[in-house]
Amino acid sequence: MRKEIRLAGTGGQGLILAGVILAEAAGVYEGKKVIQTQSYGPEARGGASKTDVIISDQEILYPKARNVDILVCLSQKSCDSYLHDLVEDGVAIYDNFYVKNCASNHCFGLPLSVKTRGKFNREIFMNIVLLGALSEITKITQLDSLKKAIQSHVPAATLENNLQALDLGVEVVKSTH
Amino acid sequence: MSIQLLSGNEACALGALKAGVRFFAGYPITPSTEIAEMMSEELPKLGGIFIQMEDEIASICAMVGASAAGMKAMTATSGPGFSLMQEGIGYAIMTEVPCVIVNVQRGGPATGLPTKVAQADVMAARWGTHGDHPIVALAPWSVMESFTLTVKAIEISERLRLPVLILSDEIIGHMREVVSIPESVAIHERKKPTKSKDEYLHYHDETNFDAPFAHFGEGFRIHISGLTHRQDGFPTNDPKVIKWKMDRLRNKTDLNRDWLHFDEHLDLDAETVIVSYGSSARAALEAKNEFEKNGSKKIGFLRLITLWPFHYMKVAELLQNTKRVVVVEMNQGQMTREIARAVRRDVQVIDVNRYDGELITPAEVLEKL
Repeated sequence: MRKEIRLAGTGGQGLILAGVILAEAAGVYEGKKVIQTQSYGPEARGGASKTDVIISDQEILYPKARNVDILVCLSQKSCDSYLHDLVEDGVAIYDNFYVKNCASNHCFGLPLSVKTRGKFNREIFMNIVLLGALSEITKITQLDSLKKAIQSHVPAATLENNLQALDLGVEVVKSTH
Repeated sequence: MSIQLLSGNEACALGALKAGVRFFAGYPITPSTEIAEMMSEELPKLGGIFIQMEDEIASICAMVGASAAGMKAMTATSGPGFSLMQEGIGYAIMTEVPCVIVNVQRGGPATGLPTKVAQADVMAARWGTHGDHPIVALAPWSVMESFTLTVKAIEISERLRLPVLILSDEIIGHMREVVSIPESVAIHERKKPTKSKDEYLHYHDETNFDAPFAHFGEGFRIHISGLTHRQDGFPTNDPKVIKWKMDRLRNKTDLNRDWLHFDEHLDLDAETVIVSYGSSARAALEAKNEFEKNGSKKIGFLRLITLWPFHYMKVAELLQNTKRVVVVEMNQGQMTREIARAVRRDVQVIDVNRYDGELITPAEVLEKL
C-alpha cells in the first residue's frame, strides 16, 4: 500500500496543519510509514499553499508526491495547477464554493466551506471538515486516529469545535453522495 | 523512547536539548524559525537561556561569550543570517570556542527564496569567513538524522573547541517523519584544567583534542582575542608563533579526518556511482532503486554526511573502481568540483543540478544514468 495525498489551496486555510494531522494519524496512531512536506509562499495569508502526505507500508525516500492518488483542492488555482498530477483512478475532492471547474474521473464537489460557515459562522474549521470528508471518502485513516491527532495539535479551548468539524466532514459526504 | 511525528527542525532542537545545549541566541528566519521557537519554549524549563538578539551578528557573538563561560551553545539561521554570522564564526574559530550553527539552507543569494529549498551554501560554509581556517559541516538527510547529527555536532564542537555547522535545508527542516527519540544521549563534559591557576594556558598545545577548558569566572587567567595569539591568548606578531597558531587550528580537522568523516554507501563496485547529500540524496537513492527495477545493472550510491572537512583520500578510495560519477545537488555544482578533485582524472564526472527552489526529482537523476 502506498498513497500520495496532496492538499492544496490558499495560505491561511490551514492545509498544512491538516496535512500534519493526517500524517500523525496514519504514522503515529496506525503505525504506517509517513512523510509530510509543504510548499508555501513568503506571505502569512494568501498565495498558493500545499502539503503532500505520503502514507506507505514501506520506507519512503522521495518526500514529494509525484503520482497523486488523492487531491484536495480549496482554490480554483490549485485545481488548475495540480489536477494533471492526479493518477488515472485518483480521487479529487474539491470545495464547490471556491472551485467551479474540476474535470476528473472521480470528482467529489462538496460544500465544505458553506457547511463550515453554516455551523461555525466562520471558515476557520474547514481544514478539519475536509479531513472528515477525506476519511469518509477514501478510508485512508480511521476517524479515531484523526481524533487523537487533532487532540495533540489544536488548542484545548477549540478541541470540541474541531471534533465537531471532523464529524461535519463525514456528514457532508454522507448527505451529498 | 517516544514515537512522534516531528519535523527536521524540531528534531534538531530536541537533539540540542538532549546533548546539553543550554544557551541559544538567535534571530528568527525562515526556514529555520521552528528551531528557535522550540528552544524558546524548552530552554527556560531546563534552566537554560534563550535570547532573541537584534540580529545574527549579535547572536553569534552572544553564543561565543556564553560558551566561553561554560554553556553549550547553539544557534539556527538561514541564508542572509548565515552571511551575517561569518565574521563571528571566524572569531569562534580563532578563539577556539565551541558552538554549533544550524543553517537550514534556502535559495540565495541575498533574501532569495525564504520558503524554498537550496543546497547552495556548501562553499559559504567552507570559506564564508576570511582567512585559512578549519571547519566541520554535517548534512542530515532525514528527521532522525537531524536529531543524531545535532548530538554529534555538539560533541565534535566541544572536543575540538571549534564551531560546527549543520547544513540542513528547507526540505529536511520542514519535512515531518515518525521518529523514536531516545530518552537521553551521552553528554560530553568539558575537561577541567589540571594545571594550577598560575600555570594554566588557555591555548596550551599539550593536546588539541579534549583539551582542558577553563571558563570565565572560574578564577583562571583567560585572555580571549580575535588577534592571532600566543598560548596565553595575548596577541603576537612573532612569525614562529603565528605559524604555530595557524597549524594548531588546521590540525583540528587535518589530524582528525577519519574521526570526522561519515558517509553511507551502497554498491560502489558499479561502473556508475551517484554521489549526493542532504535532501537531494533522497531523490538520488530513489533513482538508483527505480533504475535497478528495470534491469540487472547496479548503480552505486555514496551519500556524504560530512561535507567538511572533505576527506579527499577516503572519497578517492571509495570511488576507486568507478568509471562515471553522477553528482546530484541543488546548486550550480559546488560539491561536484570537490568530487572531481578527489577521483582519478579519467573518471567522468557529471552533475545533476537544480537551483529553482524545487526539490530535484528522481526522474532528473534517472535521465543521466
